Amino acid sequence: MLAKKLSASEVTDPALYFNRRNFIRAGILAASAVATGAVYRRLNPAGGGEVNTPLIQGVTVPAPATDPSGFRAADRQTSLQDITHYNNFYEFSTDKASVAPLAANFNTTGWRVSVEGLVKMPRVFELDDLLKLSPPEERIYRMRCVEGWSMVIPWVGYSLSKLLDAVEPLEEAKYVAFETLLDPKRMPEQSAGVLQWPYVEGLRLDEARHPLTLLATGLYGRALPPQDGAPIRLVVPWKYGFKGIKSIVKISLVASQPRTTWNSEAPREYGFYANVNPHVDHPRWSQATEQRIGEFGRRPTLMFNGYEEQVGHLYAGMDLRTNF
Amino acid sequence: MKEANLRFTKLLVLVNCAVPAALLAWDAWNHQLGANPVKFAILTTGMSALVFLMLTMLVTPLRKISGLNWIISFRRTFGLYAFFYACAHFLIFFALDRSLSISGTLSEMAKRKYLIVGSTGLLVMVPLAVTSTNAMIKRLGGKRWRALHRLAYVAAVAGVIHYYMQVKADTRQPLAFMGVLAILLGYRLVVYLRQRRPNKIPSNARCKANLPKKLSPTVVLDRTFPSHEHVEPKSPPNLPL
Repeated sequence: MLAKKLSASEVTDPALYFNRRNFIRAGILAASAVATGAVYRRLNPAGGGEVNTPLIQGVTVPAPATDPSGFRAADRQTSLQDITHYNNFYEFSTDKASVAPLAANFNTTGWRVSVEGLVKMPRVFELDDLLKLSPPEERIYRMRCVEGWSMVIPWVGYSLSKLLDAVEPLEEAKYVAFETLLDPKRMPEQSAGVLQWPYVEGLRLDEARHPLTLLATGLYGRALPPQDGAPIRLVVPWKYGFKGIKSIVKISLVASQPRTTWNSEAPREYGFYANVNPHVDHPRWSQATEQRIGEFGRRPTLMFNGYEEQVGHLYAGMDLRTNF
Repeated sequence: MKEANLRFTKLLVLVNCAVPAALLAWDAWNHQLGANPVKFAILTTGMSALVFLMLTMLVTPLRKISGLNWIISFRRTFGLYAFFYACAHFLIFFALDRSLSISGTLSEMAKRKYLIVGSTGLLVMVPLAVTSTNAMIKRLGGKRWRALHRLAYVAAVAGVIHYYMQVKADTRQPLAFMGVLAILLGYRLVVYLRQRRPNKIPSNARCKANLPKKLSPTVVLDRTFPSHEHVEPKSPPNLPL
């Protein structure tokens, strides 16, 4: 088909076509879209920041990946970016992406940890003394959140048992209770009543003494960034992530099972034990599978998060449906 | 409002409603959705669906209170966008979280109450989207059409409850949505109760007696259609707003 030739006179005068009204309208349209976009960006901040906490000197690698200790998971490690920008740390924000920016200026100078209760040698540790108690080890653990996602994190720290040995628990001590800092000035969301503050957690003494139970002071070879629980936190890899209490200021040995935050918040949904268990669903969602951060699709969740060989004996004879 | 201005305002609304979807797609393309992109996309589309449901329900009260009848022109746009975001929300869940497994999706739905509530909200919106065209409004007749479209309230209530049911501890956002929804539904309840009281049998009878029968469909349609389609052509073209 032949295109009909247009004569110059048929073409609309550009002055008419691009008239003032159209200009203004295009401007309004663009400006409004930019404004809407800005609102969206404010609600959904994109991207992340740097992690520049100091490197930890003298980190030892305790075992090969094939070691039965479970100290070094062979899974692909989650990126530092994801570990430090997807955090459940309600003391700063209930939005996982917002924790990192809100915690960025968290000041930990002069940090002390009181270890007390049923022990022979109660002591208030200066952070530096606590860090020097045992050489830092790299432990690569799977971390399974009760919400259904998981990561693989190269922690730095040492077994909690080293600290317990140093304070010598008494015969009557059966449980260990942990407490996070309570300071709404430094942890702004503690002013909101989302949870009962301070955050508290607990373990049975034999769980606390298990070599896998880690007092973590760093990750990826660096001191813990604030959003991951600086300066010192608990990591219990066979339990749901909320057992890993952050920014600890108090550890007490006690005779009876201590109150724990999520359990007292919703006893039907979060048990004291909170062992990772694909066969016992959360009342509102399935625990059979998990979203591994950085992977596409879901993968099956393993019993005790894959640490059954190491910790299964701790729960021999227990009904894990009632003791969830 | 002038016809040309109204058309432009409609375009303005149409484009702005698409901004969240466009930015979500842009961020996904650039791997900027954070550590858990699927969850982020599900949350963002779900939240957008709720926001647009609220906007849809805001149109009528706003129009009645302000007297700006042309606002009604945006109701359909908002409603269809709510449906669009709700569909995207479900499809991302189905395709990326459930890996396109129909049995996996159904078994998960059977076990999770919040999924049943959410799906109810989405299903209820399907007939509303289908009957959103002018032709369908005419075919159904204004009265029946409006009765059907009260299902939008069901969708909004289901959507907000669906959100509330899965929050772990921080219920502030779902409660805020509930508050807004309560105001929007409360307004309608008040209007309904007020209209009912004076209009009992005698006044109804009077209406019927005084109004010629042929007029009544026009009255109904005037409320249903964007008002400009009826009013504007008769008014002088450069009437100040």
